[in-house]
Amino acid sequence: MPLYYDDDQAMLAETAQQFMAEEGAIAKQLRHWRDRDCKDGFGHGLWKQFAEMGFTGMLVGEDDGGLGMGNVEAGIVLENIGRNLTPSPFLSSSVLAATALKHGSDDVRGRWLPGLIEGEKVYTVAIDEGAKHRPETIACKAEKSGNGFRLSGKKDFVVYGASSEMIVVAARTSGDDSDSDGITLFAVPQDADGMSHDSVRLVDSSMASHVTFDGVELDGDAVIGEVDGGRDVLNAMLMAGRVGAAAEGVGVAQGAMDMTIDYLKQRKQFGKLIGEFQALQHRAAHLYSEVEIARAVTIKAAQLLDGGSEKADFMASVAKAKVAKAAGLAVKEGVQMHGGIGMTDEYDIGLYMKRDRALQEFLGDQYYHAGRVAEMSGY
Amino acid sequence: MSDLESFRAETRQWLEANCPPEMRKPVKDESDVYWGGRNATFKNDAQKAWFEACRDKGYTVPEWPKEYGGAGLSPAEGKVLRQEMARIGARQPLSSFGIWMLGPALLHFGTEGQKKRFLNEIASGEIRWCQGYSEPGSGSDLVSMQTFGEDKGDHWVVNGQKIWTSYADEADWIFCLVRTDKQNKYQGITFMLFDMAGSGVSTKPIKLISGNSPFCETFFDDVEVPKSYGEDCPAYVGEINRGWDVAKYLLGHEREMISGAGGGDRTAAIGAAMKRNAGELDPVLRAELAQFDVDALAYSAMGEKFLDELKVGKAHPAQPNMMKYAGTELNKRRHELMMAAGGSRALEWESEETGGGKGARGWLRTKANSIEGGTSEVMLNVISKRILDLPGA
Ligand SMILES: Cc1cc2nc3c(=O)[nH]c(=O)nc-3n(C[C@H](O)[C@H](O)[C@H](O)COP(=O)(O)OP(=O)(O)OC[C@H]3O[C@@H](n4cnc5c(N)ncnc54)[C@H](O)[C@@H]3O)c2cc1C
Repeated sequence: MPLYYDDDQAMLAETAQQFMAEEGAIAKQLRHWRDRDCKDGFGHGLWKQFAEMGFTGMLVGEDDGGLGMGNVEAGIVLENIGRNLTPSPFLSSSVLAATALKHGSDDVRGRWLPGLIEGEKVYTVAIDEGAKHRPETIACKAEKSGNGFRLSGKKDFVVYGASSEMIVVAARTSGDDSDSDGITLFAVPQDADGMSHDSVRLVDSSMASHVTFDGVELDGDAVIGEVDGGRDVLNAMLMAGRVGAAAEGVGVAQGAMDMTIDYLKQRKQFGKLIGEFQALQHRAAHLYSEVEIARAVTIKAAQLLDGGSEKADFMASVAKAKVAKAAGLAVKEGVQMHGGIGMTDEYDIGLYMKRDRALQEFLGDQYYHAGRVAEMSGY
Repeated sequence: MSDLESFRAETRQWLEANCPPEMRKPVKDESDVYWGGRNATFKNDAQKAWFEACRDKGYTVPEWPKEYGGAGLSPAEGKVLRQEMARIGARQPLSSFGIWMLGPALLHFGTEGQKKRFLNEIASGEIRWCQGYSEPGSGSDLVSMQTFGEDKGDHWVVNGQKIWTSYADEADWIFCLVRTDKQNKYQGITFMLFDMAGSGVSTKPIKLISGNSPFCETFFDDVEVPKSYGEDCPAYVGEINRGWDVAKYLLGHEREMISGAGGGDRTAAIGAAMKRNAGELDPVLRAELAQFDVDALAYSAMGEKFLDELKVGKAHPAQPNMMKYAGTELNKRRHELMMAAGGSRALEWESEETGGGKGARGWLRTKANSIEGGTSEVMLNVISKRILDLPGA
């Protein structure tokens, strides 16, 4: 398979780029909601528009009413989300939760997928326990109780948790905290008794919850996939999420870079455009190289994932780590090359830096993923 | 006991008696820093007591001469005092641009009358100064600045705009670069001192990405600046039209200050603290922290060497540029790593647990370190030119 977009994907890229630049623009979405101190952190109207575009259910199978597309396509949408810093539950709902739901029974899929596809509902996932992403250890417990389960424990960094109609929760149904087996995924509805949110605003103006499950009673049909067999579903979800986050990161890097290159062509000091200084030219050229490389490995990882390759997990970590480095460079160079104006809230470049920071942490930072690359390579 | 050893013993005793326990805790936020000035208020009694004890002892500016409000300490004694303060974690009793920037310039270029008045006002925390250098069109290329002072005999009428003026809305006086000769780029700038309360000065805060607004646009609209504030006390430092020399000299001190060479938080290793706060560290992050700690500890030695040499005139005059470059790049890295170690908790912007997003806001603030006082690129240009003497640089 060639490592570039095929005709359909190129068309989607064009559509997504146009749509996001118009409807998802920084002034129209991020600043709009942020400056109104919106408790959701995103606009439901835009989510509806996502549905009309077919984005919300793009990963959902055609039999279930979705578009049956893959992670390359989701990545195309996410790159444009990243470029425009568009706040939306797309990554958490349409990539992470949707990937989990694909493994659900007819009942589970029938209950949750239509609302997602129509843009009526927003979902998210609860994986992390603690401030760092370490999904190898899951202590949150779901004990058998009657025909169902009783869920207890805490989850952190549940993105848009308080606004989500359903949360996919990874919980332990047997074994020790760090066992690979014994995990089960549950679809926990928003109104479940005993679930509470401590919802906080993050540096990038998005919202996330610390969620507490205090003996939440769940029916057997809340289970997604097999009881005790959730690790595979969790891994599938993590791979899709990481590749998706990487794609969004490429967009953040590209957006920050574009702004910066523009500025180098406008700002004058010492009677010259600052873009005439070779010290900056070389750094801009270096940044361009890094962003191109980051995009390549992200598409590679998405293709492997869509092809069901066993290398997908490895490549997802390579991509997540590489993008973190490239996007980190893009936003740092962006602010620095803007000088004083780059430090102002009025200017957008700082918003890229903030979003990058949150994205870096989401589903594992560059250190975590570089560590995985080492481990999976046998050292 | 040598003189220095007995000075150390005395200092230790004095600090023990005068530095309240609250003032030995790390500074948490801006309100823990006392900046002085007409409108200053103390956060608490401990801050007040500590400031007053230091002021009375000359320890707000320990190495300035006694007649200007200092304690007249020798460089060696000054170092001992810094070490002893660091040992107990004592806070700076008074922070100000007067101490770090204007003071050194006045000590070098000022008249006796200017020193008596302005240095004492700085040392006692009475007057808070801000720095009017940058303009919208003149940042890195500072000498192209346009704010103009028209000569009216016994006074100037100043018109123009400054930007990024830190704390202009809280400062009492400004030290300001004003063009007094339009024909002469380098020799047409006068380094003026004037009261911000005078008519025609206005400020407009600019919000930073950290959410705070400590810097401003500053506008001058027919501001009358008298040429003299009394006998031997002109309103300009150095000579008229020769303010660029003063401006550059001051920048050396500003860069020294921003470099963090004086020690404290900015040069310390952080790995052990990260483990204490965040628990077991991911191995790759741990390796990255170790690399950082090596650089930070080495830089800390460089800071000590630099200051020791600077005080006795042995440092290359352009060395503050290197220190600023290295120190600020290091500080940015420090905060990147602190954010990484803090994980998703550190992303919180308003939560109580994070004190209203202190970590995240602090991290964003450090991004200005390599911009304010001259950018890293400008530092590297200066090093290439003035230290390495590279062709064409
Ligand atoms: C938090 C903060 C506080 C500040 N406080 C004050 C203050 O109190 N008073 C005051 O007067 N000013 C203050 N400043 C202003 C500061 O000094 C300027 O921002 C700085 O000098 C850079 O100027 P600029 O912003 O115009 O950037 P520009 O000069 O426009 O620079 C833009 C980019 O171009 C690069 N560049 C420019 N020239 C060259 C070159 N020849 N070679 C290579 N690269 C180049 C720069 O390094 C930068 O990356 C403050 C700035 C900040 C961020």
